Amino acid sequence: MAVEPDLKIELGKQGVFVTTVSEIYNWGRKNSVWPMQFGLACCAIEMIATTMARYDLARFGAEVFRPSPRQADLMIISGTITKKMAPQVVRLYNQMAEPKYVIAMGACAISGGPFKQGYNVLKGIDRYIPVDVHIPGCPPRPEALIHAFMTLQARIDAQPLIGSERPRHLDVDAQGLFPVPEQGAHDLEPPVNRLVWPLPASSKPAENCG
Amino acid sequence: MAALGFGLAPLGLAWAWARLFSPAKPNAVKNAIYECGLESRGDAWVQFRSAYYLYAIIFLVFDVEAVFLLPFAVAFTGLGVGACAAMLVFVLLLAEGLAWAWAKGVLTWA
Repeated sequence: MAVEPDLKIELGKQGVFVTTVSEIYNWGRKNSVWPMQFGLACCAIEMIATTMARYDLARFGAEVFRPSPRQADLMIISGTITKKMAPQVVRLYNQMAEPKYVIAMGACAISGGPFKQGYNVLKGIDRYIPVDVHIPGCPPRPEALIHAFMTLQARIDAQPLIGSERPRHLDVDAQGLFPVPEQGAHDLEPPVNRLVWPLPASSKPAENCG
Repeated sequence: MAALGFGLAPLGLAWAWARLFSPAKPNAVKNAIYECGLESRGDAWVQFRSAYYLYAIIFLVFDVEAVFLLPFAVAFTGLGVGACAAMLVFVLLLAEGLAWAWAKGVLTWA
């Protein structure tokens, strides 16, 4: 049960700070998102620029890029995912600690981008793992990544801790394992993860763009 | 005793905190030993051939020689007889090592 905003402001004027458990819990979560140090292609250069002094992602509590998935909360898919790389990306996502988030950065991570027609390019990472924020652009500028990060923070902040909308890590029954695709004869097997990708996608061997 | 407790108590608290509150969702992929995205394969106890030792030693002959030859060449015109003789002895020592390895048949690898 949230505190009424007016009451909160009135109490604040008297020097009384009121909050709820979910508010303070989410405030802690959204300001301590640790991204994984993981670059795939040219978007990674923009990601690196975002963390440097000029754009300074540290302002949002996310300057600690962890080189291990076990210490990371956020995976920034920064670039083209080839079909050879996709199993590794999904495996790394699986190895990240809960609660975990994904930002699909740039046209390639969203849909394959300019390489969509390529036989070896995955047409968007959200065929295998759930993506929280998509950033269009080729590549997106650091400001766009910061905007995506703030969007993610707003999402985390708005998440209720109970009910059907609660984050996955608080749901004991929620599945934490996302199947890692394998290299088939012509394409990745399975071509999509049906749990996260409800839209139609060709299950035939890629004739053109799968 | 108190100092030991002071050291161990935070560790215990951190452990208990993690046990109580961490949202653990373990699975086979997450519990894998290796964490770079690829699956580990083979044994960690890889053995290298001892013949690589000889490669390393002979590499060192050229490596050390090159490091000292460059300053020697740069300062060559200003050097006295003693310095020149010392450098020649050094180069000869290394050349002798190479000759020894050559005579031993180390340089002919299959």
